[in-house]
Amino acid sequence: MLFENFDPLKGEMLQILNQEGLIVNDELEPKISKETLLKMYRTMVLGRIADEKALQFQRQGRMLTYAPNIGQEAAQVGSMAALSEQDWLVLAFRESNAMLYKGVTLEQSFLYWYGNENGSKYDENVKVLPINVPIGSQINHAAGVAYASKLQNKNEATIVFIGDGGTSHGEFHEGMNFAAVFDLPMITVIQNNHYAISTPRHRATKAKTLAQKAIAYGIPGIQVDGNDPLAMYLAVKTARERAMKNEGPTLIEAVTYRIGPHTTSDNPKLYREDKEVEEWKKKDPIQRFKKYLISKKYWTEEKDIILQEEHKQTVLDTFKHVEENGDVSLDEIFSYTYESMTSNLKEQLAYYKEYLEKAGEKNVE
Amino acid sequence: MSNKTILQSINEALDQSMDKDKTIVVYGEDVGFEGGVFRTTAGLQEKYGVERVFDTPIAEAAIVGSAVGMAVNGLKPVVEMQFSGFSLPAFNQIATHVARFRNRSRGKYNLPLVIRMPYGGGVKALEHHSESLETLYAHIPGLKLVIPSTPYDAKGLMIAAINDPDPVIFMEPKRIYRAFKQEVPDEMYEIPIGKARIVNPGNDITIIAWGALIREVEKAVKLVPEVNAEIIDLRTISPIDHETIINSVKKTGRVLIVHEAVKSFGPGAELISIINEKAFLYLEAAPRRLTGFDITVPLPKGEPYFIIEPEQIAYEIKSIMSFKA
Repeated sequence: MLFENFDPLKGEMLQILNQEGLIVNDELEPKISKETLLKMYRTMVLGRIADEKALQFQRQGRMLTYAPNIGQEAAQVGSMAALSEQDWLVLAFRESNAMLYKGVTLEQSFLYWYGNENGSKYDENVKVLPINVPIGSQINHAAGVAYASKLQNKNEATIVFIGDGGTSHGEFHEGMNFAAVFDLPMITVIQNNHYAISTPRHRATKAKTLAQKAIAYGIPGIQVDGNDPLAMYLAVKTARERAMKNEGPTLIEAVTYRIGPHTTSDNPKLYREDKEVEEWKKKDPIQRFKKYLISKKYWTEEKDIILQEEHKQTVLDTFKHVEENGDVSLDEIFSYTYESMTSNLKEQLAYYKEYLEKAGEKNVE
Repeated sequence: MSNKTILQSINEALDQSMDKDKTIVVYGEDVGFEGGVFRTTAGLQEKYGVERVFDTPIAEAAIVGSAVGMAVNGLKPVVEMQFSGFSLPAFNQIATHVARFRNRSRGKYNLPLVIRMPYGGGVKALEHHSESLETLYAHIPGLKLVIPSTPYDAKGLMIAAINDPDPVIFMEPKRIYRAFKQEVPDEMYEIPIGKARIVNPGNDITIIAWGALIREVEKAVKLVPEVNAEIIDLRTISPIDHETIINSVKKTGRVLIVHEAVKSFGPGAELISIINEKAFLYLEAAPRRLTGFDITVPLPKGEPYFIIEPEQIAYEIKSIMSFKA
């Protein structure tokens, strides 16, 4: 019923917790355990601090290009909290909060952005696909994961994230259509953060909303306040119920905003007004969630100060560990192209080792 | 043993593999109900159901991209690109994901999948139905590329491709799908990927080819009975079997490479480089390539100029044999 009540064509958007941290829709307030709410909040705060520190590390030349999530924490964590342990997460590249919630470690996340593929070797039971850089192509992967779940009667759903810019891509259409045709247990969350690098949302599509694209696939689509973790939770939970009942995929547009740059290589002042950014800062997902938790007596400002300090220390310690252990060996870059190294690769590796022996060690710093 | 065409052999390999391994799924455009436009997958949907053998929307990126997800989640997809010329909408998925998932995830996610595609000219087809795109796929690290030339190899290579832990591009020489029959074992067997086959041994010249052109080379050597040619069927285009080639060239000192893929930057260029790197001092004549011209494969009225015939191969053999430094 939820999806019928919020028609994107009528400009209806699901919101439960407003920017002041007040419940505006009592009936829809999801019943989430205190434990889960606090896990959500802690993850969002960790994600925020990790992003802020990563931007600093990058400026200090200690990290590669980094894509921060600041402002989009609720869109990700609200979604993930509504899922189950057995569900799959398929990423674009601006989902580090979702990754953390799903069990990717901060160390792995940092290791990736430090420039080491081992950061994408998540633990065995962590059902997350690696960061996917080619825009839009991950929707098809998610459809395939979901097809396999359905065929093998596994009780699992797949959530896939994409940006507003990604919806322009042909693969978005192919993947959504494929998932819809086969009624796959897939949940697509568009993080509409209003910009694809510098290209504004209205250049991505003529359509008024991204959620309405669902209509063409014959599936439900809903616009959700993406800075409202409760609304995101409810939308994804409802989508998951549909998926588990074999009713097929759902398209959720999380309306949010990228407070930071696209990546550390980008200067957003060139294409957007400070005023716009300031307006969105007032809608900060973490602030409103904190107010909600305090109002429920689950949280206090004192606890918050302690949490901030703890997380800062964790982030610093983790990054230090990454810097001390983030090197890659020569053998490693050859070892994963095929299950067994081909004779061609063995030959190329042997040649290079011989060269290094004769020419002296290569400086890989 | 029974007599089978290449097409029947591939069908049998798929059938027996699906019967043995419930995780195998076969899908693509028209492969289910109709059994494929060439009928390569005929009868499979009837036998294994619409969930394991199915028709998809016409969307190659979705076909290959979904195979990536399925392989991650416990299935072994064997997907079809209706013609290799139509594999290009899926090229992004193949080059940026299929080939890289293992490396990207440091071995967490292997993709045991097969992408089948009929390829090559000589069937009087419309545009985009006659290409030989070996180079595009052989150039991508992380992929294997296999091309059978006989019914026996087609079955064994297909079973090996399905069982291979790495993603395999399986190009099928559609011109000879039904051209001839061969005794093929009824049981399952594998032809190792990465091993070339010496079609017939010889001492005077090494001729390297694959797919539909093996038959043309065999006809050609009959036209020059005075030459004792060693024909090598490459079978796997990537990774190339250096050993078989180099051993042969060291013996013969003369090389002709025949392929329908266009010439520049093609497989022949790679083969000659390997030979120069590893057997240069054994060469008694400049190695030569007989290949498709660097043009779009012509429509049927012009295609005969493009198709390599035994007479032309024989002409090249004679030319190399009479080479004087």
